[in-house]
Amino acid sequence: MLRNNAWSKVRVTVSIIFLILLGFSPLGLGKGKTIAIRGSTTVLPIAQRLAERYHHLHPEVSISVSGGGSGVGIKALLDGMVDVANASRPMKTKEWKIAEKKGIKPHEQIIAKDGIAVVVHPTNPISELTMTQIKEIYAGRIDNWSHLGGPDHKIVVVSRESASGTYECFYKIVMKKEKVTPAAILQAANAGVLNTVAQTEGAIGYIGLGYISEKVKPLKINGCYPTPDAVRRGIYPISRPLFMYTRGEPKGAVADFINFVLSPEGQRIVQEEGFVPIRPTK
Amino acid sequence: MSARKYKERAIEGIFLSFALVSLVALFFIMLFLFQKGLPIFRVIGPLEFLFGKSWYPTYEPPEFGILPLIMGSLFITVGAILVAIPLGVTSAIYLAEIAHPWIREWVKPTIELLAGIPSVIYGFFGLIVLAPWIQDLFNLPTGLTALTASLLLGIMAAPTVISISEDALNSVPASYREASLALGATRWQTTIKVVLPAALSGISTACILGMARAIEETMAVLMVAGGATLIPTSFLQPVRPLTATIIAEMGEAIHGSPHFHALFAIGMVLFFITLGLNLLADFLTHRFKEAGSGTL
Repeated sequence: MLRNNAWSKVRVTVSIIFLILLGFSPLGLGKGKTIAIRGSTTVLPIAQRLAERYHHLHPEVSISVSGGGSGVGIKALLDGMVDVANASRPMKTKEWKIAEKKGIKPHEQIIAKDGIAVVVHPTNPISELTMTQIKEIYAGRIDNWSHLGGPDHKIVVVSRESASGTYECFYKIVMKKEKVTPAAILQAANAGVLNTVAQTEGAIGYIGLGYISEKVKPLKINGCYPTPDAVRRGIYPISRPLFMYTRGEPKGAVADFINFVLSPEGQRIVQEEGFVPIRPTK
Repeated sequence: MSARKYKERAIEGIFLSFALVSLVALFFIMLFLFQKGLPIFRVIGPLEFLFGKSWYPTYEPPEFGILPLIMGSLFITVGAILVAIPLGVTSAIYLAEIAHPWIREWVKPTIELLAGIPSVIYGFFGLIVLAPWIQDLFNLPTGLTALTASLLLGIMAAPTVISISEDALNSVPASYREASLALGATRWQTTIKVVLPAALSGISTACILGMARAIEETMAVLMVAGGATLIPTSFLQPVRPLTATIIAEMGEAIHGSPHFHALFAIGMVLFFITLGLNLLADFLTHRFKEAGSGTL
């Protein structure tokens, strides 16, 4: 019994030492630098691929990327928890004020542009709408496709949660700050809107360019299809910039990463993910 | 000997402190919730908040009326209970009173397994299977409705109801059944007129806890309820429950803004609803104790 006890003490001690070593190991190994990135779910897929590629090129720098939303990312940046905040909307006045109070001067970097496509069910014969028609639909004043020359089918309006960057862009550019009908179905992500529209015959929704697939039919707006090229040339009307914010002018590893994002290689990744590059890709 | 007593004390203390951890955690959660939620009432009165008819948190000027969200939660919860109670209580009766022991041994763990499935999986099932089915069945413009969410939540809450009801039925003393059968009652009469009333307090508790399960559910309802902020008038409309609003909007809300505080205030409302339901469950457990000893 006694011997048993002694043994278990040894075992406990050994495991405690082991655990302590384990706890310290990231510090021990972390001779290189780490960059923490958090924020918008729209920017997330680009950021993840950029981080993977950058880490591949610079193995001494490890990058952690997480989502949570633009607001979460900016909050984390101002609290000093992350080095880079991804955002699909510019920082709000209130957030600038918080930054000022904390003595931080956030640095805003546009890394890409995103177009927002208005999509309908593939069987819908309508292929083009004007901005005013879309606004009337989302305000709830046009509620049947027959008013637009389509079949006699109730329009199912699909929208995003009112705090998302995609919603905000749509709300400003299309709705001109008018209310979206409370009867609109809410989806919390681009993929949710895509699936709902794909499943619902009378539906209309809006999604980021990167999410367009053959499951839905993107509409021409003012005679122009939503393509990256049309967004870049500024002829497609619904588009917005995507941001990476840093605390002050980026320095060191963070600056190097941001430069990589804006480099031809970084911008090619932006393009491959279905977004619109803002710098040359070659 | 005194060393042994000392050791005993120490161990007792350690366990006590572990038990207190959850109390302390609860206290801090409450503190945090109220600290973040109460500031909304500087912007809007509590009555206006609870009974306001429109929820436009990012509109200029914002509107923070959560009545549509409360009604959304209410519709879904009532619907879920209408599914979960008949399903749950009859299953429990079957398991406790009728099923052959080996069937019970297989079925009960399976039902408990059902409670362990992550709600996002239920949500996915609802989205892919249930919603299109409801849409076709009622010929609706969309299958994302209060009814879809109710059915799904009913299935999700059923394991809770079954598990607790079955325990209640099992704790009815065998002497009750024996007495009833000895008086010439059939098995059916015994179950319905003797065992069930004796277990009533436990079964009511089961139903209330099932209801709490339904009202707290977040992910699945976000996926299938539709999310429209209209005050619902029928089960075939899309609705937006309280929980779904918090999860959908919290990530993008500006920290410290009225919208942010309003979302925490919704959390407070949910807190009071669940607190109320738990107190009710507790009350029912004690209230019917005299009716029989089939309590929990």
